[in-house]
Amino acid sequence: MSNITAAAPKSQKSFWENMKARKGQRILVIVLFMIVPLTLLAVFTYIPFFEMIRFSFYNMKYGGQEGTWVGINNYIEVFKRSECFKSLLVSVYYMGGAVIQLALALFFATMFVFHVKGRGFFKGAMFFPYLICGIAVGFIFKFFYARGFVLDSLLQMFGMNIEDIPYWLQDQSINNISLAATSVWRYTGQNMVLFLGAMMSVDTDLYEAASLDGANKWHQFLYIILPSIKSIVVLNLILSISGSLSAFEPPYVITNGTMGTGTYFVIMNRLAHENQKVGLACAMAIVLLAIIVICTVAQNLFFKYVFNDGTEDESKAAVRAKKRAAKAAGKTGSGKGGIS
Amino acid sequence: MTIMRMKPSTFLFTVFKYVVIILASIVALLPIVVCVLTAFKTTEEYNATSVLDLPASFLYFENFAVALKQANMFRGFLNTGVVLVVVLLVSIFTGSMLAYVLNRFKFKGSGVIHNLFMFAALIPGIATQVTVYQIMYSLHLINHLYGYMIVLMGTDIISIYIFLQFFENLPVSLDESAIMDGCTYFGVFFKILFPLLKPAIVTSLVLKGVGVYNEYYMSNLYLQDKNLKTISTALYTFTGPFGNQYNYICAGVLITIIPIFILFLIFQEQVYSGMASGAVKG
Repeated sequence: MSNITAAAPKSQKSFWENMKARKGQRILVIVLFMIVPLTLLAVFTYIPFFEMIRFSFYNMKYGGQEGTWVGINNYIEVFKRSECFKSLLVSVYYMGGAVIQLALALFFATMFVFHVKGRGFFKGAMFFPYLICGIAVGFIFKFFYARGFVLDSLLQMFGMNIEDIPYWLQDQSINNISLAATSVWRYTGQNMVLFLGAMMSVDTDLYEAASLDGANKWHQFLYIILPSIKSIVVLNLILSISGSLSAFEPPYVITNGTMGTGTYFVIMNRLAHENQKVGLACAMAIVLLAIIVICTVAQNLFFKYVFNDGTEDESKAAVRAKKRAAKAAGKTGSGKGGIS
Repeated sequence: MTIMRMKPSTFLFTVFKYVVIILASIVALLPIVVCVLTAFKTTEEYNATSVLDLPASFLYFENFAVALKQANMFRGFLNTGVVLVVVLLVSIFTGSMLAYVLNRFKFKGSGVIHNLFMFAALIPGIATQVTVYQIMYSLHLINHLYGYMIVLMGTDIISIYIFLQFFENLPVSLDESAIMDGCTYFGVFFKILFPLLKPAIVTSLVLKGVGVYNEYYMSNLYLQDKNLKTISTALYTFTGPFGNQYNYICAGVLITIIPIFILFLIFQEQVYSGMASGAVKG
């Protein structure tokens, strides 16, 4: 009897000790596991970020000394200075390229969903450009587009006269298209692999059943493939907008931003590291970041209100959508109006 | 199914499918193939023949030797190799540990920290380098390989993101039963959870590895010493001395591509699945 009563507080105590130890351990784990990444995050992301905001209001150079306060003049200059503003327009070419690239990726991914002999080889061939470093891509296409070299020789082989072939990199009406095409070449395969991954997660029985029901390829694409990948397509579309603004290496190597091909980063790099206009470069970075934040917010809103894949729990939006759908169904009497 | 038994529309679709796929593969490979052809040509041959002509011999390695020597590419490979190994190793541990804490422990500020990392992912790397440069300068990290490694680890949000996603799908009951058995939190992480992270580790190795191998901008800024060039900055030196001697430049380009090509052949499936799981969101 006495043994038991003596044992009880003892076990209780060790339980408490245990809890205490757990608590201490918990704090230790949290601190130890987070200290390195948090320090790095602070030093290489947030301190530079706030410094960037501060510098964007100054006219300053590298190397310690404080610059002069110029208020929002740098921001005004981003939009007034022709090279900066023009570089935003140059990005439009890359955005156009991104749309073409997504469409091509979607198309080829669809082709690969159906039985293809030698799929591994073809898929690998299309994907491989993504793995090549940007500088190498730059050289490959500098060579490709150079007057009288690869592309020109090819066109001549097909019977074109050299006089009729434009200067791919010098002609200002097309050189940005040539450069944006290198991005399409580089990223189409990667996008395709992403889409294919999402498409293959669809139960293959569905395709069988659909084709037995007499659905043609187009219908299969429209009703089976597309719904399964719409969110990843939209995600990539929005990512490609920030990607278009961030295009750097190919124009940097191929034309170094001359002849009207300076993308935003090429110009920013030149202003910061060659012209030492640190304040202006910081203002450019902030403007870029603002654009990217707006795109991301738009993306999140889009996912929240347009797609409710039913994968999430009943979010407010989903509930609202359902109510709306029910209302619509009640009014028109049609069953359509639910959100897939 | 034989061709004879196919419906005409199915047959047409099959033809169309192969034509477009073969065309696309040619477009994807052609710029690289022409580089291969050119890299094996002597300078006289390069000047005399069309770029589309085959070289006289595929055993002429002089251009590669010149490229390797001129751009000091061995050194570049060595530097990139060291950076790759260290950065990948460290970021796998720091990334997974951070994700473990953020996913498994709820404490004051954990949400804020989570969001800080997510917001950091939005900031494009090149944009902040204007001010990172000054920090690197004041910390005396410029022109040291370790400085470059540190900045690469510091801008590593991808692997954190991947690990966070992966932890969401690891049941907490695993942790709980291990703790019942008297495991410490360290034990839970290193003995129970870390081995389960293998797919996420592969994904982050692929994405981060490709990123580091191909990284140019920061390497150019922070490793200006001739002996500290990485493979991409070594390649960039070809803009100067070789001008239009593309037989040398193509050789240099191929030298940078070959290692990644071999790795791709070996790890194709891991690369594809890494790509796919790294991008799927929502």
